Amino acid sequence: MHKSSFSVLAIVVLVSSAASIRAGRFTASLVAPGTVEGTISYTGTPPKMKPIDMAKEPSCAKQHATPVMTESVVTGPSNTLEYVVVYVSAGDQGGPASQPVRYDQKGCEYIPHVAVMGVNQPLEIYNNDQTSHNIHPMARVNSEWNKSQPPGSPAIKTTYDKPEFIPVKCNVHPWMHGYFAVLSTSRYSVSDGNGKFSLKGLPPGKYTLTAWQEKFGTQTQDVTVSSGGTAKVNFTFKATPY
Amino acid sequence: MGKVFAIVVTIITIVSTAIFVSHHWWMPPDVSLLGAGIDHQLSETMVTSGILFVVAQLVLAFFVWRFADNNDQRKIKIFPGGATPMVVGAIILVGAEILALTLVGSKIWASIYVASADPNSLKIDVQAEQFAYYFRYAGPDGKFGALHPELIDESSGNFFGLDPANDTAARDDIVAATLAVPVNTPILLELHAKDVSHAFYAPELRLQQDFVPGLVIPIHFTATRLIKSEIVCTQLCGLGHYNMRAYLEVMSADDFKKWLNEQSGQ
Repeated sequence: MHKSSFSVLAIVVLVSSAASIRAGRFTASLVAPGTVEGTISYTGTPPKMKPIDMAKEPSCAKQHATPVMTESVVTGPSNTLEYVVVYVSAGDQGGPASQPVRYDQKGCEYIPHVAVMGVNQPLEIYNNDQTSHNIHPMARVNSEWNKSQPPGSPAIKTTYDKPEFIPVKCNVHPWMHGYFAVLSTSRYSVSDGNGKFSLKGLPPGKYTLTAWQEKFGTQTQDVTVSSGGTAKVNFTFKATPY
Repeated sequence: MGKVFAIVVTIITIVSTAIFVSHHWWMPPDVSLLGAGIDHQLSETMVTSGILFVVAQLVLAFFVWRFADNNDQRKIKIFPGGATPMVVGAIILVGAEILALTLVGSKIWASIYVASADPNSLKIDVQAEQFAYYFRYAGPDGKFGALHPELIDESSGNFFGLDPANDTAARDDIVAATLAVPVNTPILLELHAKDVSHAFYAPELRLQQDFVPGLVIPIHFTATRLIKSEIVCTQLCGLGHYNMRAYLEVMSADDFKKWLNEQSGQ
């Protein structure tokens, strides 16, 4: 009698949890990863980005129908900000990532403008242009170097072993600028053209998130991620026109 | 063997002189008010030094031809008084030639490098850096903002170190990577170097001047024809030196106004 009622209970629990999994929810007995998402926006007036004149480098200039703009503050619709790095600065930081991060020099631009990588994660830098570049990540904490890449040369493969936000410039083309964000966590996201970011696969728990923008600095917020839940976190930076 | 040498020297002299006389490799057509004077001076220098070059080479060829393979044991004649008067004589001769060229050429040189620019010149600031040129115009207010080298920030396009936050004159300054100028208008350039020595060389303007970090060097010109040409760096300035250039665009007054408006709109 005891045995059979236990079996019935077990079946009920199993069926109901299966149903909830199908419905996209999880029972408390199963720990499911959660998500943090949100929007990065600004108040005030951001600086106006300026068009870049690449006339002196015709092979790059002809790749752009409209002038490329500077990218130190890139805004999106409804006062949102692109290229803001949001990452876990306290809490479960995840394991090390091993897939290479790709950084391109194309049309005399750095793509993406901000490349995020974990400590010791492989970084591969490509020159897709018909002109020489000399990439110069201006590291302070990590060791600083610069390397020339004539057209057609192989990718530069490297890693950084300490967390740091490293401004990157080209020693040949003064307008080329970007960032390497070297983080001690593999949990990060970069805001898109609509200012949206999303950190997926976070084990439930308490986290501190940091948002970094190259001109406006950093902000932090605490957030609690529940099993299978989605927490909303928004960051707002104060912008000045100059 | 000596006779072969004499023939080779003669051929080299004739061919190299012919290349210069025929203007086979020559400067591009000049578009500057002072260009004709420079070209005149250049050809005077070429003709004078060319004549001396031809005479010296032919005399050399003649003596080699005349005295080659000659076992004549007669005493070799020497210059009267020995080597010293010969060297002194040569120095006086060459010195006189160079002095004469300097005196003749100083007028056109001074009109570019000593005479000050027309007071109504359009002033344009030039910033040279590894490996590009940037040009700054005063903008609608006609005033240049002050320069603060510590504020130079290429990532936001602040190549000159302007301080628009505190300096209202700097807010409308126009910074371009092309040197656009109106035709038949006196132009005053003020050369600034951000990092190392560079040079401003515009062959069509017959204008060449080094940039020196820490100095503001004025140069002036008036372009007389519409043209789009290159400004290049002729002072070895580093890895990308070969690729350091900008365009010079001489425009009609109307086109220039339009161009300025487009730039300030950005």
